[in-house]
Amino acid sequence: MVEHYLSLVIRAVFVENMALAFFLGMCTFLAISRRVDTALKLGIAVMAVLTVTVPLNNLILHNLLDEGALAWTGIAQLQMLDLRFLGLLTYIGVIAALTQILEMILDRYVPTLYNALGIFLPLITVNCAILGASLFMVERHYDLAESVAFGFGAGAGWALAIALLAGVREKLKYSDVPDGLQGLGITFIIVGLMSLGFMSFAGVQL
Amino acid sequence: MPTYEHSGWHILLVAFLVCLVCGVVVSATAVALRPMQQENRLRFRQVNILQAADLYRPGMEMQAAFERIERRFVELETGKQVAMPPEYDPWRAVRDPELSRPLEEDPAHIRRVPRVAEVWLIQDEAGRLQRVVLPVRGLGAWSIMSGFIALEPDLNTIAGIRFYDHGETPGLGGEIEKPRWQRNWVGKKLFDESGAVAIEVVKGGAARDDPAFVHRVDAISGASITSRGVHNLVRFWVGEAGYGPCLARLREEYRNSAR
Amino acid sequence: MAMEKAGEVLFRPIFDNNPIALQILGICSALAVTIKLSTTLTIIAAVLFVLASANFMISIIRNLIPSSIRMIVQITIIASLVIVVDQVLQAYTYEISRDLSIFVGLIITNCIIMGRAEAYAMHNPPLLATMDGLGNALGYGLVLLFVGVFRELFGAGTLLGITILPPVSDGGWYYTNGMMMLPPGAFFLIGGFIWLLRAWKTAQVEEPLFRLAPNSRPEAD
Repeated sequence: MVEHYLSLVIRAVFVENMALAFFLGMCTFLAISRRVDTALKLGIAVMAVLTVTVPLNNLILHNLLDEGALAWTGIAQLQMLDLRFLGLLTYIGVIAALTQILEMILDRYVPTLYNALGIFLPLITVNCAILGASLFMVERHYDLAESVAFGFGAGAGWALAIALLAGVREKLKYSDVPDGLQGLGITFIIVGLMSLGFMSFAGVQL
Repeated sequence: MPTYEHSGWHILLVAFLVCLVCGVVVSATAVALRPMQQENRLRFRQVNILQAADLYRPGMEMQAAFERIERRFVELETGKQVAMPPEYDPWRAVRDPELSRPLEEDPAHIRRVPRVAEVWLIQDEAGRLQRVVLPVRGLGAWSIMSGFIALEPDLNTIAGIRFYDHGETPGLGGEIEKPRWQRNWVGKKLFDESGAVAIEVVKGGAARDDPAFVHRVDAISGASITSRGVHNLVRFWVGEAGYGPCLARLREEYRNSAR
Repeated sequence: MAMEKAGEVLFRPIFDNNPIALQILGICSALAVTIKLSTTLTIIAAVLFVLASANFMISIIRNLIPSSIRMIVQITIIASLVIVVDQVLQAYTYEISRDLSIFVGLIITNCIIMGRAEAYAMHNPPLLATMDGLGNALGYGLVLLFVGVFRELFGAGTLLGITILPPVSDGGWYYTNGMMMLPPGAFFLIGGFIWLLRAWKTAQVEEPLFRLAPNSRPEAD
């Protein structure tokens, strides 16, 4: 039983890494990876948001939007409704609201962390990885427990990838990179090589 | 440039109006296009079934073709035919603990099977059984592969196989969707003389004069995990835990009707 | 601020201020959907529609949107447009929409759209905003087209499904480049595109963080 959830987490971190296999969250991934400490902070913020939003969206999908999901209201007409087309709007709304709430909670109760994260919190709303994880959850029909495991794993994988990239870029600070590739160009090539490396995890099953 | 602050009422009004307009536009589009989308989904499945049975010709009349196709619901454990509402979808039922059961032995890594599955029986113009099409799925290297396997009337010889949904590596495991590899399955036999499952997907297949030739399909080079996945899922679904009992019953039924 | 000419606004984001190559926006979908040219073209069309329309609509109501809820209003408009596109694709091009899976929905989080809405549409009249949207979408489309053509042509030997380089597996002579079909291939291609672009437009070259200072002592004889 536990292996199933553990396997989900491992798959999400290594085999189907959100950043290196699906290219989600690339914008911030490339822009905020110059230093390891900032990268780690962003990674942790993403992990926190993902672990909460994926299960939350799962609950909303199964209890409000799915075919026949509104049966619990007892109103007969609502039982036939299939509101899945509103999914995109709902998920992004939940993510935006949750990020806002997280920001407020951190500001009130953990101000040091709030100041350390700074601009990254609002940036998370438009991070494709967050919405992408929810959309994968929908496509793969996960239940609530699987959503938690998958959300956590996806976030951890993304955090791992960005920390690794930051580490490599820090090492490259003194390297003689060709002019045209300086900065963004060489970063793409590094990420390509990392992605190649992560492909060696394909087929790993617990 | 928005330079002045708005009153609270204004904020609420704008929020409400934006929601209203967006909601109306989105809902209107969804409702208007729904019949077309459902038609597309249905057609997609129909085309895949016909392609698996090697009966699909581009531009053919789908309505006419599907008149000769019977969709039958079978209880997997016993192979008995049962009645289910037309909207019943076995793959959705897998999510429902009452309509499915967990697997003790799960070589295809699908964790649960529906209690009631669907099979497709295709008749030719003379009304005789021409093909039996079985929906199958199982885990590959990266994803769950979904497809149909079509059998000749002897319920042993494979008429075709088709995978319509997978997330395997393009060019490697992704070859399972190419006719070139699918052709390897045509004419192979699922069971040996004793009735045991004998079909295998192995590297190199088998030489033509090897007695095992009719039971061996060549694996995809460079895609050993995907090939193993296909091997496992086909053997599972034609075996006792899958459509085995159903195929046994069908053999009975057609043997009796042939007399 | 002097009114910019519509033509300038339209063409600048294609090479001089390319959203992907310079602004680092909208990269996510550039990588995943470019395996085939058909899906690439579909996403480009979708982004063109959403970006231009969103910019247009947001620009029209820009003075009415209260500052406190402006981001959520922008997201709502963008999300609604994307849902409309998604529904239309599922109705009229079902096979392609299956191939695209979640990436149509991810257009909502495409940083280009939010970025341009906030940076340009909120402060400029509708015509210019629409031109800006079109221009950025074209710049985005250019990079995607580059990657998509290379990936399908060298990865599978086809373009839009039509065989151009007959692959060995089909009895031809071309050994398909498997790397092109995989994620790393896309990363390398975009790196290459940026290199080419910056070789042409040297103004975009980034300054390295450190330069080695010349030796302070002469070499030993």
